[in-house]
Amino acid sequence: MKLREVKEILDAEVIIGDDKLDMEVKTAFGADLMSDVLAFAKAGGLLLTGLTNEQVIRTADILDIAAIIMVRGKRPTAESMALARDLDIPILTTKYILFETAGRLYTKGIVGCLDKVDAPSGHN
Amino acid sequence: MHPVDITEKNNYQRSFYVEGGNFTYAGIVSTSIKSILKKMDLPVDLVRKSAIVSYESEINIVSYAKKGVIKLTIDSRTIQIEAIDEGPGIPDIELAMQAGYSTADQRIREMGFGAGMGLSNIKRYADVFDLTSEVGKGTYLKMIINRI
Repeated sequence: MKLREVKEILDAEVIIGDDKLDMEVKTAFGADLMSDVLAFAKAGGLLLTGLTNEQVIRTADILDIAAIIMVRGKRPTAESMALARDLDIPILTTKYILFETAGRLYTKGIVGCLDKVDAPSGHN
Repeated sequence: MHPVDITEKNNYQRSFYVEGGNFTYAGIVSTSIKSILKKMDLPVDLVRKSAIVSYESEINIVSYAKKGVIKLTIDSRTIQIEAIDEGPGIPDIELAMQAGYSTADQRIREMGFGAGMGLSNIKRYADVFDLTSEVGKGTYLKMIINRI
């Protein structure tokens, strides 16, 4: 689906990337732990997160994430906004909690960038 | 950044300075490295792996060390990234390598790191992973991504 539909489904506000709403997205990954995002998220997908600092933007850039969706009404810090603008990464904010955000997108056809991890990682 | 020539993709070396404790710029070196590799038109999966291992090691330097250097070396067979820091060092490498083990403080955790995943992530993506450390001096991490 187009990023524009993601915005509508989530009743989201576009903070950066008004010109990017025709971008196609198919998958998503949600986490607040950037090391997990680095381990599992795939290029071209959405990143759903409650973190708002510059490392979220850097992580999205490193992985070629299509767009960042900040959940629970979180908004990027001023530094994050400037960096996202520099690196050309769209940021949307939604008031839905992470679970609702994921569920609403999933029922409309967005799937996880992977369904399960191969092996246990970290302390289980 | 000095312009990168695609013909350099079999013979390139550059070092980047990393300042310890400065979270505002944490990741800036890895963004540069990724952009250099992209401009060289290297395969996307290799660019991605290199960027991830570079970023995790950059976060480690910023989080724990006084200062460090990330060295990028590209030849026809490999992309090599070395992360060399002056810092407290790692007393027990085996323990540090265990997924979930961390000595991170609150500031690092607020950034979305410090869950003890960094080194195992690097190991997951690098074809060669070589970690040595001297307590009180610093840490040397060599990561190689094979091109062939």
